[in-house]
Amino acid sequence: MDIPTDTPPPPSHVEDAKPTTPEQKRAARGATRPGDRIFLGLSRGSGIVLLLIMAAVAAFLAYRASVALADNEGNFLTTFEWDPAGVAHDGKPYFGIAVLVFGTIVSSIIALAIAVPVAIGIALFISHYAPRKLAAPIAYVIDLLAAVPSIVYGLWGALVVAPNLTGLYSWLDDYFGWTGVFEYEGGAPRSLMTVGILLAIMILPIITNVSREVFLQVPKMHEEAALALGATRWEVIRMSVLPFGRSGIISASMLGLGRALGETIAVATVLSPNFVINASVLDYGGGTFAQNIASKFSEASEYGRDALIASGLVLFVITLLVNGAARLIIARRKEYSGANA
Amino acid sequence: MSTVTIKPGGGHDTTPLKAARLPRWTPYAVAAGSLAVAVGIGLAAGLESRMQWGLIAAVLFVAVSYALAARVEGTRQAKDRLATSLVWVMFLLAVVPLASLIYETVERGVKVFDGYFLSHSMGVVADDEPGGGIYHAIIGTLEQVGLACVIAVPIGLLTAIYLVEYGRGKLAKTVTFFVDVMTGIPSIVAGLFVLSFWILILGFDSSGWAGAMALSILMMPVVVRSTEEMLKLVPNELREASLALGVPKWRTILKVVLPTAIGGITTGVMLAVARIAGETAPVLLLVWVNPFINTNPFDGPQGSLPLYIYQQYQSGTQAGYDRAWAAALALISFIMILNLVARGIARWKAPKTGR
Repeated sequence: MDIPTDTPPPPSHVEDAKPTTPEQKRAARGATRPGDRIFLGLSRGSGIVLLLIMAAVAAFLAYRASVALADNEGNFLTTFEWDPAGVAHDGKPYFGIAVLVFGTIVSSIIALAIAVPVAIGIALFISHYAPRKLAAPIAYVIDLLAAVPSIVYGLWGALVVAPNLTGLYSWLDDYFGWTGVFEYEGGAPRSLMTVGILLAIMILPIITNVSREVFLQVPKMHEEAALALGATRWEVIRMSVLPFGRSGIISASMLGLGRALGETIAVATVLSPNFVINASVLDYGGGTFAQNIASKFSEASEYGRDALIASGLVLFVITLLVNGAARLIIARRKEYSGANA
Repeated sequence: MSTVTIKPGGGHDTTPLKAARLPRWTPYAVAAGSLAVAVGIGLAAGLESRMQWGLIAAVLFVAVSYALAARVEGTRQAKDRLATSLVWVMFLLAVVPLASLIYETVERGVKVFDGYFLSHSMGVVADDEPGGGIYHAIIGTLEQVGLACVIAVPIGLLTAIYLVEYGRGKLAKTVTFFVDVMTGIPSIVAGLFVLSFWILILGFDSSGWAGAMALSILMMPVVVRSTEEMLKLVPNELREASLALGVPKWRTILKVVLPTAIGGITTGVMLAVARIAGETAPVLLLVWVNPFINTNPFDGPQGSLPLYIYQQYQSGTQAGYDRAWAAALALISFIMILNLVARGIARWKAPKTGR
């Protein structure tokens, strides 16, 4: 076939045309008529309002936190107590977040350790294994998991899941109790482990959805090349899908981590709080940032609320960093954004 | 390139073209077998938790299919089967909680779920006596969610319009990034923010309005995201045709772009509503508690459905648990119906992008 060499280049897209003079620039933005100017002002204003809200969240939390921290007699980072009313310290406030940091990190790690492999499995199932007709309904079921309110998860976790876990925990205690991590003394299993399991179920949808989007982006060529070389389905996935999707999986896990860190009411419902660090994840005790705020709030004085706000500020900064990092990793591949997951 | 000729009937015996394979029904048989064995073990060892039965069955299934395949088909095929069975097990692992959650909520919820429950408040009902209902909580939740929509939907819509129709440059990039980050704000932090500035600094009382403000912060990024996606789906030709007729850009957006995308935008807003209707943490901090009917969201504490569940659970009595499950059933049905309707609208009004 002849390829004509003298065809003119295709007309460039309207938006690609670079305006040069200020008048053209203004015309391109469509801001010449009063109606246009008002509309542009309104819509840009809303964008700015959004940014202002974010800034205000940080500013107000920081202000109230500074009020609380100024009078704190304990070390905010290393104190193992939460006593803003100073009951045990002659009326002087004494509180710190060490226990909360421990509980939050441990429960989130457990949640991620369970959720990430399962989520990758489900994402692969939807993108590569499921019969084609089943893929869409399954994706919908996963979305339903995301739609269940966290208080219902909490209720279910406390009244249905937790009573069912005693057997598993005793078994873990029998065989792995010697590690110290899996010691279980009996009693209601309202522990960090139970919280981790529940959080894993709750963050499953977001990790699944983002990874699935990435897996569907894998160039068909890569997969077909692997198949043509005689690879089995698993080898195709190992050689072409997983390497391509690695950054997506990482950012998906971080988005899930962000959710797990900030989950409040489900944790507050399931965990029986105890302000101590317990080496065993099966025995009750510990607490998380969000759970601590929810359960201490109703009895807190105004100063106590400021103290809780101080811990909330830490949570805010941590989730901001985790989410921001996840978004930056995703943004490197502009084709997919996990934001709508 | 040399050509390879295969002698008819010759090399067939030494290098079979087709390796030995397990019959197609093997996975099903193995699944049934491992389930049966797991139930047997569970009964024999007296494990009272169904969860353990399931885990044993899953482990057995994965191990047996690997061993069988390794025996008959070779290691590579065995690994493939291992991956396949693992992926299936993972999928079932995810479905089981959802099924159990819905089953338990319905089964335990229908006990006290009736017309009386929906039309009465808690009033003077004590924690441990039966009776009472969620009328006050439904009113509170509807008003709080409605107010949150009034704040969040215009801001969210306009921001999305800005990002898609106007936004180039640094401001748009910053807004996009922070909208993404905002989706990850824990709900309790949004609650703490409103608490610090509205209640602690400005000195107002807790009210439905305070809760609505926190909910709107959680709702905004979701609305922006979904609207943005929908506006991007509107074909550029429509905009260009309208602009070419001399219609100002703002009228083009209002009369051409938005109507085209309205189905998807409605869906996005409804999904956002479904998401915030179940939020407990900000309501817990800001709306406080009121067992009586309070229809004025601007004055004093109100009820709220998620908060009601939390409190009835915390009462620790059987009557409280029953009410908590019934309220959970009401909340879940509300959210699921919103979800289904939203998805229905999305399918019905999907923008025609095909050409």
